[in-house]
Amino acid sequence: MTAALRFDPIRLPPECEQLRKEVRQFLADEIAAGTFDPHQPNREDTDAPEFSRRVGERGWLGMTWPKKYGGHERSFLERYVVTEEMRVANAPTRRFFVADRQSGPVLLKYAPEHIKMDILPRICRGEVCFAIGMSEPNSGSDLFAAKTKATKTDGGFLINGTKIWTSSAHIADYMIAIFRTSPPTKENRRHGLTQFLVKMKQPGIQVNPIGQITGQFEFNEVVFTDYFVPDDHMLGEIDGAWKQATSELAYERSGPERFLETYYVLTELVRAVGPNPDTRSAEGIGRLVAQLHTMRRMSVSVAGMLQAGKEPVVEASIVKDIGTIWEQQLPHRVRDLAAFVEENATNRETLENQLSFAIKTAPKLTIQGGTTEVLRGIIARGLGLR
Amino acid sequence: MAESENIVAETAEKIFADLADAQTINSDKNGSWKAPLWQALTESGLPLSWVPDDLGGSGASLAEGFSVLSSAGRFALAVPLAETMLAGWLLAQAKIASPEGEMTVAPASPRDRITLNADGTLSGRARGVPFAKAAKHIAVLADGANGLSVALVDAAAVRIEAGLGLGGDASDTVTLTNVTPIAIKPTPKGFDQTALMLMGGVARSLQIAGALESMLDISVRYSNERVAFEKKISKFQAVQHNLAKLAGESAAALAAATSAADAIANSTSFDDAFFLEAASAKIRCSEAAEKGAAIAHQVHGAIGFTVEHILHRYSLRALAWRDDFGSESYWAVELGKLVADRGADELWPLVASR
Repeated sequence: MTAALRFDPIRLPPECEQLRKEVRQFLADEIAAGTFDPHQPNREDTDAPEFSRRVGERGWLGMTWPKKYGGHERSFLERYVVTEEMRVANAPTRRFFVADRQSGPVLLKYAPEHIKMDILPRICRGEVCFAIGMSEPNSGSDLFAAKTKATKTDGGFLINGTKIWTSSAHIADYMIAIFRTSPPTKENRRHGLTQFLVKMKQPGIQVNPIGQITGQFEFNEVVFTDYFVPDDHMLGEIDGAWKQATSELAYERSGPERFLETYYVLTELVRAVGPNPDTRSAEGIGRLVAQLHTMRRMSVSVAGMLQAGKEPVVEASIVKDIGTIWEQQLPHRVRDLAAFVEENATNRETLENQLSFAIKTAPKLTIQGGTTEVLRGIIARGLGLR
Repeated sequence: MAESENIVAETAEKIFADLADAQTINSDKNGSWKAPLWQALTESGLPLSWVPDDLGGSGASLAEGFSVLSSAGRFALAVPLAETMLAGWLLAQAKIASPEGEMTVAPASPRDRITLNADGTLSGRARGVPFAKAAKHIAVLADGANGLSVALVDAAAVRIEAGLGLGGDASDTVTLTNVTPIAIKPTPKGFDQTALMLMGGVARSLQIAGALESMLDISVRYSNERVAFEKKISKFQAVQHNLAKLAGESAAALAAATSAADAIANSTSFDDAFFLEAASAKIRCSEAAEKGAAIAHQVHGAIGFTVEHILHRYSLRALAWRDDFGSESYWAVELGKLVADRGADELWPLVASR
């Protein structure tokens, strides 16, 4: 057999169920207190610093990290439960989500000790927001074409260039970015990029908001002009960012956020249809639920394999490929079925508003964090085709 | 699936590799492969995997039996192994001993009913019963005035109209007219026709997932051999992306089917979460069969459309298996009704229950 794909039937351990109850209660209390409206994904401002701190107080940030850095040494499956409950409730996770999922683990692995001691506990307390500086005006999916330059100077580097599509840069305290420290070599076009920790809100950085077709302003252009980064903010090997990027991707690609982004329209459809659906609605809902269930089983399976210390890179890419396509199509399938919902359904307006927003959101889902095309390339490589 | 501790699955895999090679079977015009294969399976006790020792079987666990079915799917096995296993399992539910030889189950569709008459005989019609013509006995689930019963019926005592499924395997219509069963006993509490259909559906889901694994495997291999426009077709991005999609469908089927099998193997009751697992597996695996088979054929081009090539053994069976024990659209309606009945705010708790 050429393809040995594995999706073991992982079950969440018992400790996850207690945790899930706690998270649901916490979110119900936050909703009751007016922190956010779970039926309203299209918020003007998804940044909620106070909420972020309260999540940190509950011990739900840096869950898997060592205690000495403020972490909680819990399992990836427990983190999974917190992530999926927050996502399904449409909780405002923008301020902490990237730091918790991605930036923290990078710092854990590559940052010097004093930086870890400084920043990681603050992430765990929900105090700091991170952005990721990958794309540039002329390099998106082709990450290793990045040109923003880090030039060696006394005690550090001077940064010049532009990052773009940088989510949350306007509220972020830090960015983890890749900059060019050397030209690529003939043998290795991925050579020459280095990962850095960048402190935002400093002179030399200008953040310009970019409007999105949803009406939101989540991503930005970030312009660096002679911006100084000290030596100890270099993360990992100089010129070797390409070696560091791959293993984290399994975490980034397979989580519940990769198929639950538009989930709310399905809940709202079920509400609008009511307890006695006609055959068409029942079949449509049944198929969507079966697909959702399957996606979640695949995603939990990858989380379980990660917990067991495996590196299911191809499996994780498959989860993101079919998960993002599913969440992209979901609002359109719900729209098909919503056409037959009773005119006087009490939540009709909510459903229509949600659909309008979800349909506008949908195009980005198969682009952000690795396009469908890039993912299929990775899967093809795993199959031995390239 | 590397379940090295699973001796039962390894035994099955070895027999299939030795005696059910797709290429050999495909070139065999007179069906001479069948008898030795069935004999080897019988000698290994695999057809009665799910029958306890004291009822004449080999007493393997549900999980071990499920892994045999995955393997059977990977070989697109065309003998009534899954059917005999299901029949033995059904009989064992009512503590009826299994006889030797091929068996099948009726009904094999959620809409068909067989009735237990007041005089103790059975009547009714079951369509799409796999391998009925080849079976010596049929395990029947019958509906009587006092509830459901399981019966063991001599295949010679029923009328069988031969039919063929998409994959070329028998899919027959079985008619019972006042048939006296060999044995009949009431089902245990909580066991109903839905439970039988879900069990059959999960068996078919595992077989479909197995067939998709093989379709992916032979499609990848073919794309690395076939040259067009002066290079291997595996080097074309369009072909790579098609195969990546096939891998995704294969993965989805594998995850859905093994999760449902695991749920059955470790559950004590047929609750909503169990229903979600089993129905979803049949729905999603059937969808994967459609999408996956189309891609496997696309990659193979005209050669895959020929009788000589083995691809159809997998693709057509995967498509045929969608129809048994309730199609994906049937289960989607049932699952949709369940979800609607529970209400919008109970959907996520159901999905996240495991």
